Amino acid sequence: MVKHSILRSGLIGLGLLLATSSWAATEEYGYPIKDKYVATVVGTPSEYFADLPKKIPFKSRRVSIFPDREVPDAFFYDSELLYSVALQKKAAPLIFLIAGTGSSHNGGTNYQMARAFYQAGFHVVSLSSPTFSNFVISASRTGVPGHAEHDAEDLYRAMEKIHTILLDKDNIEITGFNLTGYSLGGFNSAYVAKLDEQRKSFNFDRVLLINPPVSLYNSISLLDRMANNIPGGVDNFNLFFEDLVRGFGEIYKRSSGDLGDNFLYDAYRALDLKDEELAALIGVAFRLSSASMVFASDVMTNYGYVKPKEMRLTRHTDLQPLSRVVYRLGFTDYYHEYFYPYYRDNENAAGRDAFVQSESLTHIQDYLRNSPKITVMHNENDVILEPGEIDFFREVFGDRAKIYPYGGHCGNMSYRDNVAHMINTFTR
Amino acid sequence: MMTNFLRGALLITVFSMAACSTGPTMQMENYSEPVFSADRILSEDAGERSASAVYDPWQGMNRRIYNFNYHFDRYVFLPATRGYQNVTPDLAEEGVSNFFDNLKDVNTFLNSVLQLSPTKSAQSLGRVAVNSTIGLLGLIDVATMFGIDRPVEDFGQTLGRWGAGPGPYLMVPVLGPSSLRDGIGLIPDTMVNSYLKEEIFGEDGATIASVVDAVSTRSKVKFRYYETGSTFEYETVRWLWTTKRELDVAK
Repeated sequence: MVKHSILRSGLIGLGLLLATSSWAATEEYGYPIKDKYVATVVGTPSEYFADLPKKIPFKSRRVSIFPDREVPDAFFYDSELLYSVALQKKAAPLIFLIAGTGSSHNGGTNYQMARAFYQAGFHVVSLSSPTFSNFVISASRTGVPGHAEHDAEDLYRAMEKIHTILLDKDNIEITGFNLTGYSLGGFNSAYVAKLDEQRKSFNFDRVLLINPPVSLYNSISLLDRMANNIPGGVDNFNLFFEDLVRGFGEIYKRSSGDLGDNFLYDAYRALDLKDEELAALIGVAFRLSSASMVFASDVMTNYGYVKPKEMRLTRHTDLQPLSRVVYRLGFTDYYHEYFYPYYRDNENAAGRDAFVQSESLTHIQDYLRNSPKITVMHNENDVILEPGEIDFFREVFGDRAKIYPYGGHCGNMSYRDNVAHMINTFTR
Repeated sequence: MMTNFLRGALLITVFSMAACSTGPTMQMENYSEPVFSADRILSEDAGERSASAVYDPWQGMNRRIYNFNYHFDRYVFLPATRGYQNVTPDLAEEGVSNFFDNLKDVNTFLNSVLQLSPTKSAQSLGRVAVNSTIGLLGLIDVATMFGIDRPVEDFGQTLGRWGAGPGPYLMVPVLGPSSLRDGIGLIPDTMVNSYLKEEIFGEDGATIASVVDAVSTRSKVKFRYYETGSTFEYETVRWLWTTKRELDVAK
């Protein structure tokens, strides 16, 4: 405690010093990590966390979305969609949370948001990203995720089913509906909100997009390029990843106990990673989730992308040979060699350029511009945005955009100011 | 005694099954070419260059046990932990967990001695001494409040300390990922643990205590079979677990 308070007053002193010597805008924002890569990897050091309840009644559940669907034996365990809820005992507004790329309903970020919203008095329903393998297998109509409108329809169908369960089985009273999501989940939220204008099952009161991409294609290209920072090129993906785990392991070995809140922060300081290595690390993290998404999709459609068409997988098949191939592939490979051809062949999708254009928030900017209920929270130095893309939010959302000077990609989501802003968005 | 017997029987079954099963192999040449085939994008030595290739000659059996563990977890173990957590106040849960941890610290002490590690021996002995007395027979973890670190050493690590390699990867029914070395190590560790339980609770009480211990331990482990989101979960768990054990031995 003593060490913390010395550190803290030191930081406050430093903050004051900086504040008096610099101008406006940035001076009040106390998130401590200015570097965009470090922020993205490390997140928020625990002494800057918002004050949240340690334990909430956050329960994992399953729901069948397509009861007639025959799930391949290799994925026998994923026939039902997983989701989580934290329900209030009295009448309350409800908020849906949508996770980011490849992330699950009960992953760290969604759980952290659930704690914040539960504490603020909301019923919380937490959903995985449509790119999470369980979602691809159990709840995606086409089985080919990443399509802005289809993903929104899939999410909407799941949300409606869950809503019915909450009313019929849990008998809870809901006073209104809200929606938020981070990263790709923020992007999904925008399209779900738009779909709701026609379907009107929820009539959302407020929608908050947290660190969404503007153009899906631009962002996945950036992420693939980050993975290219792997020393020796993407061919060394496996080795780099293994070295990295080993590096973390060494730190774990030296630490006395378990992996605590600040493990990544300590690891980052101990490993002394360069910017390129941090970028490679971010690329690798996304690659791990894209690999499962791509493989799940390939098996569901039997497109013959990585798994040969005739090959039958059972729950006992050794998947390592296929996994090596999948880990080697990036988002853009998926996009060009599978995703786009699939929609071109099956749904007469537009030409490649027009298709890329349509997978963006720019595509629905008129709707976003004229919908006062939709707000955005973003960072000036988010690593998944091309230079200048951040201005899209200022231009389209005006004062409904809250843009922090730093925080990288979602690095500041647990910082107390950010959490306060999230809550205020829905309670003011 | 019963759990001992059960565990021994399971291990024997496991080993006898191992003899007749091998992992299914994949013969790519019989299939039509996918969009991305392995030989198009991987260098020939990709398998050898990758450390994630864990020695797993009993894969066929291991995958079946993995599968069994998923079902056991879903229909027996996890419902039991939920029931346990529902009927037990948080404070009591903490006490129960501390109590069994204290017994495990005895085992850590014995293994630390066998490993000739003075620091860990002193730490674990200190913990047992403090927690068994001031900590009311281990119900309160006073040692941690005093700032005594809690090393965890088992007989698998002791064997590793004296140069035994992990051997083939092994999924143990109910308990999860292990290796031949660590599986063998479970036997003396379990015997010590059961002996302590019998001394405290008597023979019948020890069986109940073992069940409570198992449920309490499971309730604190967040891992859920097939919920990691990785479509290559068996492979990923195998590699991460093996890496972790390697580090545990070196630690």
